Amino acid sequence: MALYECVFIARQDISASQVEGLVDQFSGVVESGGGQVTKKEMWGLRTLAYRIKKNRKGHYALLHIDAPAEAVHEMERGMRLNEDVLRYLTLRMNEIEEGPSVVMQARDRRDERGGRFGRGGGRFGDRERGGRPGRDGGRFGERERGAPRAERDQADGATAASAGDQAEKTPKAEQETSA
Amino acid sequence: MSTIEVVSKGAGTRRPFFRRRKSCPFSGPKALKIDYKDVRMLQRFISERGKIVPSRITAVSAKKQRELSKAIKRARFLALLPYVLR
Repeated sequence: MALYECVFIARQDISASQVEGLVDQFSGVVESGGGQVTKKEMWGLRTLAYRIKKNRKGHYALLHIDAPAEAVHEMERGMRLNEDVLRYLTLRMNEIEEGPSVVMQARDRRDERGGRFGRGGGRFGDRERGGRPGRDGGRFGERERGAPRAERDQADGATAASAGDQAEKTPKAEQETSA
Repeated sequence: MSTIEVVSKGAGTRRPFFRRRKSCPFSGPKALKIDYKDVRMLQRFISERGKIVPSRITAVSAKKQRELSKAIKRARFLALLPYVLR
């Protein structure tokens, strides 16, 4: 039998006990197919990163399964039919980690501190913001939005000329130092 | 003689911010584990826009970058990470 890890998201309007009902239902399917559920984890109501079927939040649940493929297929079919399940992901694992998953660990830590971690995101800035016309940023960028074309071109020319002056100066200075 | 000295100085000032190459955060003795459920870890490897940061910036090895990008995509599918951040 193979090891699987299954995460599914249930609709936000159902209660926590109903989510447990769902988990029991799916593990029942797995067990009747000759497998076993080694771990059940409720992550609780979490905010989704984007809306799924008009839901902003969802109940997450994780199952660790040791079952033949048919049993897992049957369980997935049940998830597809069930309207309360927004999304599921079943992965075949080579080995399954013991102990609570990172999500639970993170939640425990967060409870201790009593605060939520911010929306970290960026240690690394984005290229597009750097003003350089990027691949997906700037084909129809600023030109149209800015001043009329002729004026802009003139302005550009002027700045380019002054920039050119500077550019000419700097290599000269370098030559002097290296000579 | 004096020319040689000046040239070496010039090279020094041209690259004053030379940085040692960082090693891959997922290999070595105290390596991070790549897990699609670990949102906090994955967030370090996505940009402000929600895009996957190239490995030449994060110094993740090619093999681990493949694993990492898969993990990020799984996390996105489960709405743990956004596809786009505005």
